[in-house]
Amino acid sequence: MSTTTVQPTKLWSGGKSPFNVEYGKLMMWYFLMSDAFTFGAFLISYGTIRFSTNGWPDPNEVFRSFPFAPEGVHAPLVFVSIMTFILIISSVTMVLAVHAGHNMDKKKVVRNLIWTIIGGIAFLSCQAWEWNHLHAEGAWWGHNPFPNHDGTASSTNFTNYFFTITGFHGFHVFSGVIINIIMLIMTLLDKFEKRGHYLMIEKAGLYWHFVDLVWVFVFTCFYLI
Amino acid sequence: MEHTATHEEHSGGGVKEIVKVTIILSVLTIVELALGFWMMGMPLDSGLRLAVKGAIIILMMAKAFYIVAYFMHLKHEIKNLIMTIVVPLALFVWFIIAFLYDGNSFRHLRNTYDPHFKEQSTIKVEKKEEGKHEEKKEEAKPEEKKVEEKKVVE
Repeated sequence: MSTTTVQPTKLWSGGKSPFNVEYGKLMMWYFLMSDAFTFGAFLISYGTIRFSTNGWPDPNEVFRSFPFAPEGVHAPLVFVSIMTFILIISSVTMVLAVHAGHNMDKKKVVRNLIWTIIGGIAFLSCQAWEWNHLHAEGAWWGHNPFPNHDGTASSTNFTNYFFTITGFHGFHVFSGVIINIIMLIMTLLDKFEKRGHYLMIEKAGLYWHFVDLVWVFVFTCFYLI
Repeated sequence: MEHTATHEEHSGGGVKEIVKVTIILSVLTIVELALGFWMMGMPLDSGLRLAVKGAIIILMMAKAFYIVAYFMHLKHEIKNLIMTIVVPLALFVWFIIAFLYDGNSFRHLRNTYDPHFKEQSTIKVEKKEEGKHEEKKEEAKPEEKKVEEKKVVE
């Protein structure tokens, strides 16, 4: 790793990494960039359709339910803000795991990874509940029971985009949880101790932060504006 | 142990920085939610509503910056890496402007030249009743017909 010392004038002269990161991490960045374009395309398509339509359902009317809430009690934005905080906190525990990995602190890595996995599963459970609830209300791909904000009839674009984009994001969360579980098993088996570094945790961490990053956009585009 | 040495070169402020960024992200989210609650009571076509939406988008970009820069550590990487990631993403500026402008223009065209489209967006539907979730699913289609019939009667 002595090849990674920064020497700005000779970075591209060969023999060392011009990006000062290892191969796998650079490739993870490129993968995330391509994934950002995929999500970006979805969200821009959603925005285009929304701009080309006269009315759109009010998110505060659609996403106003809450688990175990009594019938007739509406709490718009509350449930989704809990989901947002779950994901932010699980992102923080992931940073802490990466940080502990830098210090070769196996115990802290394990503890923070477990918290991250719990956060991911909690988020997925919230999403499963929300999907199930919306499905019970009659919303699904091709079915939209919600009228527009101004009371006019709405098209199925709203539910189609909602389920496709949150579903795609949920699938990313799911794969992130699987990756984190694999990282946890590898840590427990002392794989990284033997390698002498925890760089794998960093790569898994990049993916997990990206999932949180996408949720920032999905949350804003669907629930807030 | 060579690795820990190479990482200290481009690592940030450690746990202190993580705590700071966590607080910033939480505060930004809370402000976003506060704006969201505030926006609920506003009339649909008010300029203030549009301004609040703009503010929410700016806060969203700030959150994205903090996640990428600090949690994903990009701010502490060397310039080559930052540029190879950020410069391609600049395409989004064009994507967003071009596609949203196109969508808006399509709406104007349809409102001007497609009377059916215009008419569809003025017909009100009955608000759905509360607490009938289970029956809703099966009745989804007949209900739509009922609504149309009501229109005719009216």
